[in-house]
Formats: sequence, structure tokens, C-alpha cells
Amino acid sequence: MPSLGADMEAGTLVEWLKRPGDAITRGDIIAVVDTQKGAIEIEVFEDGVLEKVVVAPGEQVPVGTVLAVIRGAGEPAATAAVARTGERPGPLPARTRVSPAARKLAEDLGVDLATVHGTGPEGAITREDVQRASSVKASTPRAATAGSDRTAGMRAAIAAAMARSKREIPHYYLSTTIDVSAATAWLRAENERRPMPDRLLAIALLVKAVALALREIPDLNGQWIDGGFRKAAGIHVGCAISLRGGGLVAPAVHGADGKDLGTLTRGIRDLATRARAGALKSSELADATITVTNLGEQGVDATFGIIYPPQVALVGFGRIVERPWIVAGRVEPRTVVTATLSADHRATDGHRGGSFLAAVDRLLQAPEQL
Amino acid sequence: MTANEIAHVVVDALTGIAPEIDPAAVQSSINFREQFDLDSVDFLNFVLALHERLGIDIPEADYARLYSLESAVRYLTEKASAAKPSGSEI
Repeated sequence: MPSLGADMEAGTLVEWLKRPGDAITRGDIIAVVDTQKGAIEIEVFEDGVLEKVVVAPGEQVPVGTVLAVIRGAGEPAATAAVARTGERPGPLPARTRVSPAARKLAEDLGVDLATVHGTGPEGAITREDVQRASSVKASTPRAATAGSDRTAGMRAAIAAAMARSKREIPHYYLSTTIDVSAATAWLRAENERRPMPDRLLAIALLVKAVALALREIPDLNGQWIDGGFRKAAGIHVGCAISLRGGGLVAPAVHGADGKDLGTLTRGIRDLATRARAGALKSSELADATITVTNLGEQGVDATFGIIYPPQVALVGFGRIVERPWIVAGRVEPRTVVTATLSADHRATDGHRGGSFLAAVDRLLQAPEQL
Repeated sequence: MTANEIAHVVVDALTGIAPEIDPAAVQSSINFREQFDLDSVDFLNFVLALHERLGIDIPEADYARLYSLESAVRYLTEKASAAKPSGSEI
């Protein structure tokens, strides 16, 4: 069970998309796991053969538990199986067999599976069991529904991660107001010129400027692990996306510094749509090397965020707004945005953070080069 | 297309991007963003869905006219009738 963020402790295997004996290649999605962030597709990162499935659908297991054994290309079968199963941290908890259809129905009806008696094969909980439990439940008032359970679970996960962040990470905060008149004028003209499906979002310019600035200041791009900073090989920008009904996720746009603005816009639209539909991939949740949050649309002037561990920085943007601005000794209306940096003082000092925000500012003055 | 048909398309596009919206609960004069907590990504997806379903080009400068059901239906009805070539069969 991969860790899909500092706030994840366990996940429930929903279904296997490959069977033992199936050939698999890097990037294949082999399973779906249910977490407090919704259903997440689990990808594999090597080529080989799915040798054995260890965790059954319906089972909730802690992060770090081996879900399946994959035999790498050219590896002898037995050796690989022993080596991989050896990674298992401990015995699995007692199994509750639940069919995927029953699990889905339980979620829809707000039935707690722990209270359902299974009558299927080997005590498995079936749809009929869930329906029966639901009709009993209907006569019993219950405060929480499935939806509110998930919201409460996500709230608890965010609480744990943010409390850990504030406890362990010595944050420092910087802010700067950036004149984005040139960027917004360029964006307007560009969107007039582009066919509708290719139009750009303002957030894509901001994410790209952040990603390019990280090339210059790479010590803000990575993770603090085992008492030291590990610089990331790629620039994977986590985009904070609020979920309707509460909570948020910050899936990564991989290699954001190398993507053009059209690709970035499509990527952000796709992530937001899938985040809200509960269909993110495991790598998108696990790989972010920095997070960008934009609360400008709520009318917020500036955001001073809490770093998502083990990352070492979070960039915030406020609303893009017209303000009186002094240009060459004269007051002029200009379009501005306040950019903020929350950074881990163990990894960088304010001087580096200041250089980073200055780089973001400079990059946004030449939007056509983003 | 009649205004009623366009209203259906607008509500369909809206529930397409935010499936939790109850079509019957859409209030015609209240801003969609306020009613349904839509952000700029949702809104772009909504505008693109209207473009795909109606075949109408919507300039970014006109986005504000799509902020509520009432206003969107008025705007799209105007655009649809303006786009219809004269003398064509319906």
C-alpha cells in the first residue's frame, strides 16, 4: 500500500485490474485503492509479471503493506516472491470479505460495513447483506452518513498532516506583490487568438513561473527526509484543489517546468476534474515536490500556507486585482497579485526564498517566454 | 433552438462538471459560482461544454454573461440565432 501523502495511514483495496500471470509494464494501473482522498488508481513502476496478489478486495491495510508480488523481467519466480513478501511489515489484520458492488452500495446507503453480517462465500458481505443492514439502519437514527464519514476522515487526515507540519517544520514566510499587467494583457490577447478548447488559465502562467523559478533555486524543490534535504530530480508542482463538500488534495503536475502553457492548462483541468471525481493516480498524489495554492478566487489578498510534509515549500497566490501603482514616478492602475512563500528554514534561508520570489516576478514579466 | 432547450443544455453542462448539483435546484438569477462554489477551472470546463454542445464560439470577454442561468440562456439564444444562416432550413 503506497503512501499517497503524509496524511495517509491506510487504504482499502477496492479491486484488482490485473490478474496473477498478467504481464505488466511501467505505468500500468493494476489496482484501485480507496483512501480518505477518494478512489486512487495504483500504478506500477517496473516491467514484469504480476506473480501473486496478497491483499484481497475489501481489505483495509496500513501504508507499507505489500499488496502484490511483481516478478521483474528476467527475475526467477521464487526468489522474487520471497524477497518482496519479506518487506511486509507485519501480519495482515483479519479479513472482512466484501464484494466491490456491496462496498459501493454500502457507501451510497451510508452503511458501516463493520456492522454488517456477511452471508456470502466464506462470510463475505454481499449486496443483499448491505441492503438488509440498510433497512435496519433506516429505523435507527445515525448522525453520520457515508459522505460525512469521508469528509470527517479527510478532515482528520488533514489535521494530522498539518499538525505534524507545524510541529516539525520551522516555517518562514515571505510575500511580494507582483505587477502582472503584462501577463494578464498577454493572456487576454492569447485567449482571443486561440480556439476555445486551447484557451489558457491564469493559474497555468503562475504554476509555470514557479516551476521555472525552481530551476534557478532548486533547494526549495524536494523533500526533507531522515534529517536532511533531498533535492528532487524533477519539478512536480502539487496544485491545491478544494473538493466540493470539504477537504482538499494537491495532486502533482509532473515536469511542470518543461510543459507549455496549453499542456499545463489541460493538465490542471484534468487533475481538478479527476480530483473531484475521486479518480487520481497514485503517482499524482505521492510525487509533488512543492505545492501551489491559489485562493485569489475567494477574494483573498494573500495566502500564508502550511507546508505539506515532507515538502519544504509552499507558494501561495492571492487574487489578481487592479491597484494604484507607482510606475516611473506616476500613479497608474496596474494589475497585481501577491505571491507568498512558506518555506522550511531547515532547508533554506530567507535570502534564498527572497531570490525565488524575485525570480517568479521576473519570469511573469515575460509571459510569452513561459 | 428554443430558450427552453438551451436552458436544458446549460443545466446539463453544469451537472456534467459538478454531478452533485440537483438540476431542479438551479436558481435562475443567482450567480453559478456563488450557488455551486465553482472555480475558474470548473467555469472553463462549463464554457467548453456549452461550446461543444451548441457549436457556439464564446469569446472570453463574454464569460460574465454566462454567470447565471437566466443570463446564460439570454446570451446563448442571441448567439444561436445570430449564428443561424439566413434562409437555412430548421
